[in-house]
Amino acid sequence: MNDVFQAIAMVSMGIVGTAVVLARDPLRQVLILGVYGMTMIITFFALQAPDVALSAIVITTAGLPPMVLLALRKLREYRKEHDQ
Amino acid sequence: MSPRGRLLLFLPSAAALLFLLIDGLHQLPGFGHYPGPYGYVLNGVGVSQRHATNLVTAVNFDYRAFDTLGEEFILFTATTAVVLILRHMRGEREQPGAADTRRENASEALRGLALAFVAALIVLGGYVVVHGALTPGGGFQGGVVLAAGAFVVFLAGEVVAMKRVAPEKLLELGDAAGAAGFVLIGIGGLIFADVFLQNFLDLGKPGSLNSGGTIVLVSIAIGIEVAGAFLLVWTEFLDQAVLVRSGGDEGE
Repeated sequence: MNDVFQAIAMVSMGIVGTAVVLARDPLRQVLILGVYGMTMIITFFALQAPDVALSAIVITTAGLPPMVLLALRKLREYRKEHDQ
Repeated sequence: MSPRGRLLLFLPSAAALLFLLIDGLHQLPGFGHYPGPYGYVLNGVGVSQRHATNLVTAVNFDYRAFDTLGEEFILFTATTAVVLILRHMRGEREQPGAADTRRENASEALRGLALAFVAALIVLGGYVVVHGALTPGGGFQGGVVLAAGAFVVFLAGEVVAMKRVAPEKLLELGDAAGAAGFVLIGIGGLIFADVFLQNFLDLGKPGSLNSGGTIVLVSIAIGIEVAGAFLLVWTEFLDQAVLVRSGGDEGE
């Protein structure tokens, strides 16, 4: 049972990880990155590392995406100002 | 270099890399089969030597605390670098009134949910930090959860409120005091037990909250540092994205 859970978690991590790379638009990429983080957390959980999962929840779903989004917003403003 | 030349260079090196990779993968131990004696030895002696029931934390914060000290200063240096790069430059100014604007799209439901999360996250973070020696967790994990407690305020659309909950001066202080605290505990080991980072406190009863000697103190120091560092980085990003405008259009 545990083996099946681990296998599903790892395969889904591989699929979503590939999707992150294939999405070319950074905005879409950030959102898929959040989903990828979720699959990673499930994998940590399946491998009996709840403490790593706990910190990964914060970093990959709440921490990293806002940071990238803020950077994208700043870049867009910068381009707008310099195009004028 | 021509595309053809590039391909000629790429194919042999890719083939060599593939060969090395397959060869290396064949020699890995099977999935879930731990080959070394170190973990088994520690599992055997860890509880009686350090009175800590979570041996991962015992390794990180005691047996191999010197490695963790290095890791902690990687985080400290990285945070300092972010603060340095994202400082207000000449020609940049705060957008007037930007600090007062509230996200219009933050619904009441979102704000209510965030409010419910703040207290829960801070309690959970504190719990994970101080129980590092007993249950899965420790300073790094708990510190990140603590930081999320304040960050949820921003996710609810309240930029200014987050800055009030976690002012930059306090974050800088936490970041620095946590890093310094770890070193001071190490120097305490030097003074009281002749070895840097040696566990010099009463080990207590295994399974109780104040067991593990210095492990708990190191955990708390790292918790404060990690929480401060993460919030500081988020605050700097937030300042740049929401409040600061480059001053190229001042002549208008």
